[in-house]
Amino acid sequence: MGHTRRKDKETEVIDENLRRVYQDMLDEKVPDRFLDLIAQLRSQEDPSSGGEAQ
Amino acid sequence: MSGDPRDELVDHLPALRAFALSLTRNGAVADDMVQDTLVKAWSKISTFEAGTNMRAWLFTILRNTYYSNRRKAGREVSDAEGIFTESLSEKPAHDGRLQLADFRRAFVKLTDEQREALILVGAQGFSYEDAAETCGVAVGTIKSRVNRARARLTELLNLDEHEGLEMTDQATMAVVTGARPAAR
Repeated sequence: MGHTRRKDKETEVIDENLRRVYQDMLDEKVPDRFLDLIAQLRSQEDPSSGGEAQ
Repeated sequence: MSGDPRDELVDHLPALRAFALSLTRNGAVADDMVQDTLVKAWSKISTFEAGTNMRAWLFTILRNTYYSNRRKAGREVSDAEGIFTESLSEKPAHDGRLQLADFRRAFVKLTDEQREALILVGAQGFSYEDAAETCGVAVGTIKSRVNRARARLTELLNLDEHEGLEMTDQATMAVVTGARPAAR
């Protein structure tokens, strides 16, 4: 009985810490280079395919 | 819903970077992988099925890039103890509580496959099914990787001997919320 509770507790501690580590990474500012890259990919599109005006 | 799915890419950038960093444990390598993934996703967008999980689709591209590079390199991308842990270092434990830095050090010791499974299921909140599809393996394989990852972390962090775990929920919450230094 104590064994399962203990396991649950371990899993809980691990997952909570995991989420904190992950959240820290999610909260990092996305470098401009990626936004620039997307803008560049978009501008290389064939303008005849439309969608430029969005 | 009828717009270009590529307009959504930007919304997935933080998660893509976090996933890349979890896999590579190295900021520079992670960002190069995110860049590759964006270029590939842009050109392969026609293979994305509208209405399905775009994040899972992007993660699949990213991890395929990572594992194919790893195969080419013939070795694990090193620096396991490097930037990932150092960039976010904290004060050492003074009272025996589990510190986030300890957790990071243990986390980077998992195998790539274990880290990936645990991040997808435990942090990103993917279903076992989505995680399995992202990794191109059976659901049972993902479950066993997640279980082995948790067992290994338990062992590395000595959680099985951690007296705090026998204590009240209050003690657990202290571990979990881990009193961060006040913002300066």
